[in-house]
Amino acid sequence: MRVKVISRSTDDFTRERSQDLQKVFRNYDPGLRSQEKAVEYTRALNAAKLEKIFAKPFVGAMDGHIDAISCMAKNPNHLKAIFSGSMDGDICLWDIAARKTVCQFPGHQGAVRGLATSTDGDLLVSCGVDCTVRLWKVPMLKMVDTSDHTGDNSQACTGWIETYFLHQQSSHGSMHFLITFVLTAVRGVDHQWDGNLFATAGAQVDIWDPNRSEPINSFQWGNDTVLSLRFDPGECNILITSASDRSLTLYDLRTSSPARKLIMKTRCNSVCWNPREPMNFTAANEDTNCYSFDARKLDEAKIVHKGHVSAVVFRMDIDYSPTGREFVTGSYDRTVRIFNYFGDHSREIYHTKRMQRVFCVKYTYDGTYLVSGSDDTNLRLWKSKASEQLGVLLPRERKRQEYLDAVKERYKHLPEVKRIDRHRHLPKAIYNAAKLRRTMIEAENQKAERRRKHSTPGSMPVQPFRKRRIIKEVE
Amino acid sequence: MASPRLDSEKVKDAQDELEMKVAKYSRGKGADLKALRDKKLKAQLTAREKLYDKSAKHAAMTDKWLMPTEGGFLEPENDLEKSYRFKQDDVLEEVDLLSSKKPFDMILPVLGPYTIEYTSNGRYMLVGGRKGHLAMMDMLSLNLIKEFQVRETVRDVTFLHHEQLYAVAQKKYPYIYDRHGTEIHCLKEHGKALKLQFLTKQFLLASINSFGQLHYQDVSTGEMVANYRTGLGRTDVMRVNPYNAVIGIGHAGGKVTMWKPTSVKPLVTMLCHHGPVTAVAFDRGGHLMATSGVDRKIKIWDLRKYEVVHSYAARAQSLDFSQRGLLACSNGSQVEIYRNMDGHDYKLYMKHRMMKGYQVGKVLFRPYEDILGIGHSMGLSSILVPGSGEPNFDTFIANPMETTKQKREREVHALLDKLPPETITLNPNMIATVRAPKKKEKKTKKEIEEEMEDAIEAAKNIERKKKTKGRSKPSKQAKKKEEDVFRAKRPFLEESKEIGGRPDKKQRVGEKVELPKALQRFAKKPQS
Repeated sequence: MRVKVISRSTDDFTRERSQDLQKVFRNYDPGLRSQEKAVEYTRALNAAKLEKIFAKPFVGAMDGHIDAISCMAKNPNHLKAIFSGSMDGDICLWDIAARKTVCQFPGHQGAVRGLATSTDGDLLVSCGVDCTVRLWKVPMLKMVDTSDHTGDNSQACTGWIETYFLHQQSSHGSMHFLITFVLTAVRGVDHQWDGNLFATAGAQVDIWDPNRSEPINSFQWGNDTVLSLRFDPGECNILITSASDRSLTLYDLRTSSPARKLIMKTRCNSVCWNPREPMNFTAANEDTNCYSFDARKLDEAKIVHKGHVSAVVFRMDIDYSPTGREFVTGSYDRTVRIFNYFGDHSREIYHTKRMQRVFCVKYTYDGTYLVSGSDDTNLRLWKSKASEQLGVLLPRERKRQEYLDAVKERYKHLPEVKRIDRHRHLPKAIYNAAKLRRTMIEAENQKAERRRKHSTPGSMPVQPFRKRRIIKEVE
Repeated sequence: MASPRLDSEKVKDAQDELEMKVAKYSRGKGADLKALRDKKLKAQLTAREKLYDKSAKHAAMTDKWLMPTEGGFLEPENDLEKSYRFKQDDVLEEVDLLSSKKPFDMILPVLGPYTIEYTSNGRYMLVGGRKGHLAMMDMLSLNLIKEFQVRETVRDVTFLHHEQLYAVAQKKYPYIYDRHGTEIHCLKEHGKALKLQFLTKQFLLASINSFGQLHYQDVSTGEMVANYRTGLGRTDVMRVNPYNAVIGIGHAGGKVTMWKPTSVKPLVTMLCHHGPVTAVAFDRGGHLMATSGVDRKIKIWDLRKYEVVHSYAARAQSLDFSQRGLLACSNGSQVEIYRNMDGHDYKLYMKHRMMKGYQVGKVLFRPYEDILGIGHSMGLSSILVPGSGEPNFDTFIANPMETTKQKREREVHALLDKLPPETITLNPNMIATVRAPKKKEKKTKKEIEEEMEDAIEAAKNIERKKKTKGRSKPSKQAKKKEEDVFRAKRPFLEESKEIGGRPDKKQRVGEKVELPKALQRFAKKPQS
């Protein structure tokens, strides 16, 4: 007979000295764990509740402008810097960490309509209603390496600010080195991601070289003003513009002629390319939806992102996160919404009583914050994940947070968790407007259904929602 | 020539083993995604399924590195030797020194039949003698932690979530004591409790009293969650099913009922025996239940189909399943242990006979050890049962060598993950399943018309009785036929009325009159 019994010696299972770590033994056998799913569900529920408790997205406001902020630009080489242009012609460079103005670029006579920074971060291009395109020299940022100063981050910041103020005092007015006058008001400007050229949108699309005082190229398709334009981050020669004839036009700088045009039922106010999938772009439309398209296949929208409620008069601005996984829109209805790149409803909505019409939004280049510029002359800094704990997290904390996020994802569709997760407090005006929109859309759908029912079968085909707002694509 | 064949066989065996392990870790079959029409969702779910497969495979591969201890076994060397012929003395001779010190016999003849209970990590044992003797021992170091007398009848003892607190069912009510023997609570609402069971994940203390009332009390908040009348009389056979936290109670009529805290009626009522049920035990895997009755039968049931898997002609005063699926039955002064070698075929594995006159009251396997604890009328004993315990524990589930800090952390985490009583269901994985669509598929117009025509045809063709004495005139026959056809048509006509729009005006229920606020409390509440 062969016999053996379990015999554990405590030495093998306990630590030798008190400085050692405790020994941990794992057995992943599912038989040892009972009611796993119920435990996971309880954890998901608690995680959803905790997330709501810790959701404090508003970080701070930066005030300094004396008129509404109309546009913003990020600097690709400096994380903490953001430029903002206002309706009275002032352009400011902000330090987001200190929430202070670093530098001012006065000079525009009217509203600043577009701002763009060059690839190396040295040059700022601004355009405005006063029919000028100005090029500014961005003060050299002497980024003191924080590793030299042992942990004294604040000193580095102030050092930077001091050099700027010195520069300003000494040579006021020598900031911009080129002012170019154009025939008409310029509505937008964007700089290539990889090259030297930038483009302005006005009566037509002009391509400029910063060393020349005349546009090197000009595109036009139709007679309507171009409202906004963006360069493709992946293909540096491709550019998309949205015009007031309800069209989106793709231009290729190499062919020196417009490539494709997509006409929709309503005007697109703003466009943005997905930095991680450079063939996809999202256009913010007048009918308060955002449409994501694949640039290679423009006849059908990939996704329609619904959510905003207000009939937009001025602009709805849109910006992608550097991860390419979500984008933010700010609209005339005084809210900032964050959408998932494939989501059809917004994941998050930010609003404050003091924030009026939002004219521009930008994600910071690390994807953690977003900046919104609005009608009430303030720039506001928000967290992109409202309940995220900022700062350095211990590896255990990070793992726990990841686990809680994952378990909440898994049970997100169940009613109790869904109710807590989706709940957002909306200002009354927006809540009522959203309700009204829903009833209107439902009524429209019902009417269409009835019409279809009472007409000969096949005479009224069902149009997929993604194609509904598109009229046609033109070569 | 032989060696390459052996190698390939070895490889095959290894692969089979790996597949078995992967099956163990994969927690069921994957979902059928072919029925999905939503492409986005389908893509996301396929990616997820792939991750699950990957993690199951990974767990199977690292299995052998993570398990430091090997399980026990008792294998006869040839067919002539039977494992049940080996007595404890033989086993003790063969085993190592550390293990041979583990079994013991404590003779405590004065204070009545003893009942025992272990903590979930198998380290601490609580002993309660019928005449009021309570003692708690640390089994790892064989230390007596606390011993005291309550001077009252003690019917049952159970640990709460750790060894610092335990509940004792005394003469009139259950009491909760501290590890120092301080009385913490007196649970008056439970009444004269006969059996106590603790549901660890929900922090519920369940008790059955002499009137056959089942009480559930949350020990973390102190709230009485539920109390139900079983309606089947006094019984002291109660066990909690560790797989789904359902309480199984055996009754005097031979029925076994299963209860959950949120329903007044039992979930399941099974007629198991022809006489009173004497013992119930549940397997850790959740699909086996063993019951024994006065009709001298031990039956092993499959809980998925509620059918008998095996039935033995034997008596059992108490039953217990071990972590590895061994079944211990006690009968008088004899303890028998059954084991299923392959499938559900339970065969006798070991026998142990105690001194004549020792009536065994309770058998309980010690978790994570190859030991069976026996509480009998003259004290307690424990015997070695090779292969009964799980050799490898998981530190975060149950750690026999727990430090104080680890215990505190475990308590806090258990409280944070405390499950609400509503989560207890017969199938604990129900939460992850897809609910079947409630709506019946609407029949198309064509189908409805076809059905109507079939019904009309059938109505026309029925044989009508021909009446005599001139009462079956052709006109009357025709009238009868018409009536039958109309009756066949009617249900289809009624349906179409509803489809058309508003239901018939006559059918509309009178609209509710809006009462003034002061009188609203007298209005009839709508039936929910």
